[in-house]
Amino acid sequence: MGHPTLAAEFTGNRERAQWHDKALWFVREKRDRMATSVPEWELLRETASAIKQHTQSCLADYLEQFEANAIRNGAIVHWAADAHEHNEIVLSILQKHKVRRLVKSKSMLTEECHLNPCLEEHGIEVIDTDLGERIVQLRQEPPSHIVLPAIHIKKEEVGECFHEHLGTEKGASDPKYLTEAARNHLRECFCTADAGLTGVNFAIAETGGIVICTNEGNADLGVGMPKVHIACMGIEKLIPRAEDLSVFLRLLARSATGQPVTTYSSHFHGPQEGGELHIVLVDNGRSNILKSEFRRSLNCIRCGACMNTCPVYRRSGGHSYQSTVPGPIGSILTPLQTPEKHNTLPFACSLCGSCTDVCPVQIDLHHQLFAMREMLDGKQLIGTSKKLSMKFASTLLSHPWMVNLAGKVARTALRWLPRFMIYNPLNAWGRQRELPEPPRKSFRQMFSDYRSKK
Amino acid sequence: MKVALFIPCYIDQFYPNVGMATVRILEAFGIHPEFPEAQTCCGQPMANSGCMTEAKPLAENFIRTFAPYDYVVSPSGSCVSMVRNHYDHLVSPQDPDAPRVRTGTLELSEFLVNVLKVQPPTGEFAQQVGLHQSCHGLRELRLGPSSEVMRPRESLIQTLLSGLRGIRFSELARKDECCGFGGTFAVAEEAVSCMMGEDRVNDHMKAGTQVLTAGDMSCLMHLDGIIRRRKVGIRVMHFAEILAEAMKA
Repeated sequence: MGHPTLAAEFTGNRERAQWHDKALWFVREKRDRMATSVPEWELLRETASAIKQHTQSCLADYLEQFEANAIRNGAIVHWAADAHEHNEIVLSILQKHKVRRLVKSKSMLTEECHLNPCLEEHGIEVIDTDLGERIVQLRQEPPSHIVLPAIHIKKEEVGECFHEHLGTEKGASDPKYLTEAARNHLRECFCTADAGLTGVNFAIAETGGIVICTNEGNADLGVGMPKVHIACMGIEKLIPRAEDLSVFLRLLARSATGQPVTTYSSHFHGPQEGGELHIVLVDNGRSNILKSEFRRSLNCIRCGACMNTCPVYRRSGGHSYQSTVPGPIGSILTPLQTPEKHNTLPFACSLCGSCTDVCPVQIDLHHQLFAMREMLDGKQLIGTSKKLSMKFASTLLSHPWMVNLAGKVARTALRWLPRFMIYNPLNAWGRQRELPEPPRKSFRQMFSDYRSKK
Repeated sequence: MKVALFIPCYIDQFYPNVGMATVRILEAFGIHPEFPEAQTCCGQPMANSGCMTEAKPLAENFIRTFAPYDYVVSPSGSCVSMVRNHYDHLVSPQDPDAPRVRTGTLELSEFLVNVLKVQPPTGEFAQQVGLHQSCHGLRELRLGPSSEVMRPRESLIQTLLSGLRGIRFSELARKDECCGFGGTFAVAEEAVSCMMGEDRVNDHMKAGTQVLTAGDMSCLMHLDGIIRRRKVGIRVMHFAEILAEAMKA
């Protein structure tokens, strides 16, 4: 099922789609207020983009520098070529330590690699500790947004879910009460877990350190008690120097949620005393993207601002993308991996360009989506009817006389045909919209009459 | 100065008055544009669908047709953006005319303000006008300030309209959200497209818009389709039509 079908389902519940749109637009407006308050905002975006592009241009060197420094700090560094290798590495670490319960803070990479089901198959209990992620995990559904995983769920529905799984009062929907219940539940998980897994927001080549940003402190709680900390990161998370953080940390939270900075920005340089810190560096297709014209998509710092601003995402919901990363950036990254399955995503976009303008690391998102369409056409994945109609239109439009004739026929038909024939079920335009009122003369005719009169 | 008109295919067939308004305004400012008959379509529908092979002959025809002119002026930001921003990919780099035609292709408000350097025209238009900032005009051609970017920028269309007596502008809740037209998107993603359009129309209704205007007739065709289906009393006019009417051009 492609994006248009799932999007139509989502918009079909108009009241809910509007609620979803407004919730995300509220975040976009908060971002605007924060961005306005930083006079050098555009300079920050330019600098962030330049740092990322520089890093990508010599990624291999920086990765090796990072590895050497991380090992010097006492970390154990692993390299995974793909999702399968990543999951095997994590599993073997956990099995070595006989881990039965793993607490995990938000990591889009592990979602991308489908780590949870893999670990669960091997009898390891995985608890997502980000509140939103815990909610979707209990509901057995994927996150619908990378920063706000449960943005599609109303508080009443959270109440039902917690009543079923955490024993809260039936019908309770007070966010404070529900959060308190989640807090108590998660505290117990933190205390009883055998290992903690986190994502990585930034990895610093010159220090070998990693930085993890959360608002709930769940990453810190997750790795504080257990002796084993596994940090999983895509290789594009690298930045050269610690001082580069002064650019990225200022952009990240402002762009993501409209906060000046995340509540916790935690720096890890090596394992805790008597513990182990494993850092898993994952490629999973990134090297191929680096070699392609879509290279700049690797600038992404997963802030989600492109989703919050995307008029299509806001109205179609994250699940309509059927992809770990939805929205504009997901519509680039995912079809690059699985073009056959996700061929409708680059077309789930009106090319309005708001994502490009909002992106804190200046990814030219809508131009990449435009280019993706050409790539899909090259793989014959844009659909036969679209291809045929474009071939037909191209031939017709190559000849002015054919345009004039076809235009005249269409305008006459629109004037004379009965309404039910024009507004038939095949006319997608006319389902909720009127067609233009056909004028008697085209501009060509009018202009030639006008000039001949003069 | 040799100026040619580029009237996009759908304006030629469905909105001839927009083309004529463009002619009258240009004439009022002393420009007598020619209309080369060989022109058809800029190729955007094909290019936006990923069909570059199909867009290519149209781009080549465009360059050929407009090569003899200093400027190509068009009442459509979206088509102009296609020529300016995507033709480098479609037309052979050896084509000697392509770079000049591309950079010389201008949207009407750009041509009036940046080339002719006209003062905002006077005349009367005593209506509350809702300005729809078409995305390609805004974020591709930078004809106005986009709300995402923290840099001030003049809105060319608003400047041109601001000299009219009696004109008032709607204050919108969402200043520059996309209307949902998006070319083939309007049909391929019909559900989302129409919801986006409806939301724009509602924003204008709340703001008290009497006349909805834009620099792109394609956005307006979509919004007008929704307005007429829902029988909302908002009149839809291209900004060239407003200027021509107010200036009695």
